[in-house]
Amino acid sequence: MIRLGALAVGLLFVVNVLWGAIAPREAASPDMTKELHKHPKHMEWAHNGPGNLGVFGTFDRAQLQRGFQVYKEVCAACHSINRVAFRDLADLGYNEGQIKTIAAEYDVAAIDSNGEPTTRKATGADKFPLVYANEAAARAAQNGANPPDLSLMTKARPDGTNYVYSLLTGYSDDVPKGWVKPDTLYYNPYFHSINIAMPPPLAADGQVTYSDGSPATTDQYAKDVTAFLTWTAEPKLENRKETGMAVILFLIIMTGLGYLSYRKVWADVKKA
Amino acid sequence: MSFPWAKQYQPTSEVGKWMDERLPLARFVHDALGPGYPTPKNLNAFYNFGVLAGVALVIQIITGVVLAMHFAADTRVAFDSVEHIMRDVNGGWMIRYMHAVGASFFFGVVYIHIFRGLYYGSYKPPREVLWMLGLVIFLLMMATAFMGYVLVWGQMSFWGAQVITGLFSAFPVVGTYIQTLLLGGFSPDNATLNRFFSLHYLLPFVTFGVIILHVWALHIPGSNNPTGVDVQSEADTVPFHPYYTAKDFVGLGIYLILFAAFVFFMPNSLGEPDNYIPANPLSTPAHIVPEWYFWPFYAILRAFTTDFLGVPAKLWGVLAMFASILLLFLLPWLDTSPVRSNNYRPLSRLLFWVFVVVAVVLGVCGGKPAEEPWVRLSQVLTAYYFAHFLIILPIVSKLEKTKPLPGSISEAVLAKYGSKSGGGDAAPLAQPAE
Repeated sequence: MIRLGALAVGLLFVVNVLWGAIAPREAASPDMTKELHKHPKHMEWAHNGPGNLGVFGTFDRAQLQRGFQVYKEVCAACHSINRVAFRDLADLGYNEGQIKTIAAEYDVAAIDSNGEPTTRKATGADKFPLVYANEAAARAAQNGANPPDLSLMTKARPDGTNYVYSLLTGYSDDVPKGWVKPDTLYYNPYFHSINIAMPPPLAADGQVTYSDGSPATTDQYAKDVTAFLTWTAEPKLENRKETGMAVILFLIIMTGLGYLSYRKVWADVKKA
Repeated sequence: MSFPWAKQYQPTSEVGKWMDERLPLARFVHDALGPGYPTPKNLNAFYNFGVLAGVALVIQIITGVVLAMHFAADTRVAFDSVEHIMRDVNGGWMIRYMHAVGASFFFGVVYIHIFRGLYYGSYKPPREVLWMLGLVIFLLMMATAFMGYVLVWGQMSFWGAQVITGLFSAFPVVGTYIQTLLLGGFSPDNATLNRFFSLHYLLPFVTFGVIILHVWALHIPGSNNPTGVDVQSEADTVPFHPYYTAKDFVGLGIYLILFAAFVFFMPNSLGEPDNYIPANPLSTPAHIVPEWYFWPFYAILRAFTTDFLGVPAKLWGVLAMFASILLLFLLPWLDTSPVRSNNYRPLSRLLFWVFVVVAVVLGVCGGKPAEEPWVRLSQVLTAYYFAHFLIILPIVSKLEKTKPLPGSISEAVLAKYGSKSGGGDAAPLAQPAE
């Protein structure tokens, strides 16, 4: 009885789904976005270590500081990094005095002694303030676009670190024939919908002046700021990998000893 | 509860004796996981995965309890509180990555455990209730994992909640009511997040309770084994401790090494990047996909694209998705072959491997966007999925000619190790003929 019922139900589902499989369907219209869209370029990163494997490797502190400089002088005009606190900058190699100075460049909301809203200088304990008070303000100022917070950007996109670098260096003036691009948008095949509202942020060599003699090129800016944003998204990366090494080493020794005792315990059974 | 030759618990100290007469807790452990549980001596590595699943659940509970100390179930701050755990809580990143990766590993281990059961016929008499309790655990896990994923309140959390609860709206009359009840409103919001948090904390303990029943049901007939032949004498078994505690410990070590590799070196590789974007009810992600462990069922859900017999395609998809799991409850009665292990059922064995491939490719289809060739492929594979359990298996189990079974477990072990001079360490001495 169960088997007859099962047979009936089985036939119902099978015929139904196969009917759907042979049913004619609308031919997929050619999707130009898909054709033009490019996957991120594969780049080597200091934090991925030898072979770009991601097993070893630490952040390049000097690069993070340069990236922070690019962020401050270029990106910060529109994008916040609201999940990062000024005190976190110690990871980049800044000392307490330097962090205080950096924080003091920003104002944050406060309440004065009369209970009125006011602002005060930020301290190490504060987070980087938002650029716009809210989404409506951002859209009003940005021609309808809403510049996202960048704190987590390299984890919020597939192959995020390579994606951010590719996007920053992927602008092109050669709009392919047949592709419709409104005048207010820019052509960038690494962006999911190709037309992006953000103007090319790294427009010219020399835009940011480095003090450590690194090449002042847009490509270098893009690499540095991407490394910086990888840090903002995953500030515990080095700690994580270091801990992982110790944990796995411990586990290998533990498992090895476990295997030896397993062999000893089972020695008489295997022969029997 | 056990074989007559099972070792009896003997309290050695006065305190042990005193306690044994009042609450025989030590005796319970001794009989359940200790020397008092005679276990077939031919269990292979696949029999490790039950213990591993238990460990995976314990890891989830411990890390989850700690995460709950820092998490805030409020739509305005839930996402921020997760980032607070990642950045400001001491070791918080490790706890959270263990919990997120741990969910994937839990499912991976349980899938291997289920397929092991399918291959060796562990669902067959007298283990039907054991099998069904396992499926209950699986269903509880799926509910728990789904609700846990929503707690992060990222884009995929929000839209996943929208899609999965929306499935219930396919049912006529009561559908919309069920969806509203699940969400606590008309779309995912604070009420949803709070009830999911409450249930996400509750269900693992319910799962734990069912696991106790599962292990209890296991101890009535004892473990199945790769030959599928019943235990006949003491020569067929070894005490669980120290033999299988030693073996499971090695398996656990290997499991933890793999687990650590993911937690510490590629913690985000199993997740969707979209969930690092805070939930936004006004912006739908381009592709809404669940985590990988739901992909095969997601593919079945989406495989039904045409209305049939006056029933809308969406309802067919939902029915098929539920049926794809519920039909497993009937498996002990669909597969009527008296031979348990596929080692002695050549045709069933072939079909088993075909099914494994179908299930895996169905999973691949489920992770892809709903476009050709993936839709058509998942339709054909879905047809096979149902045909396999409901049509082919019942017929094959009646008709198939099985290979002769070994007389006993010991005989099978001797045939394997005796003729090939042991597993390397065993001296190739002449074996006494049994």
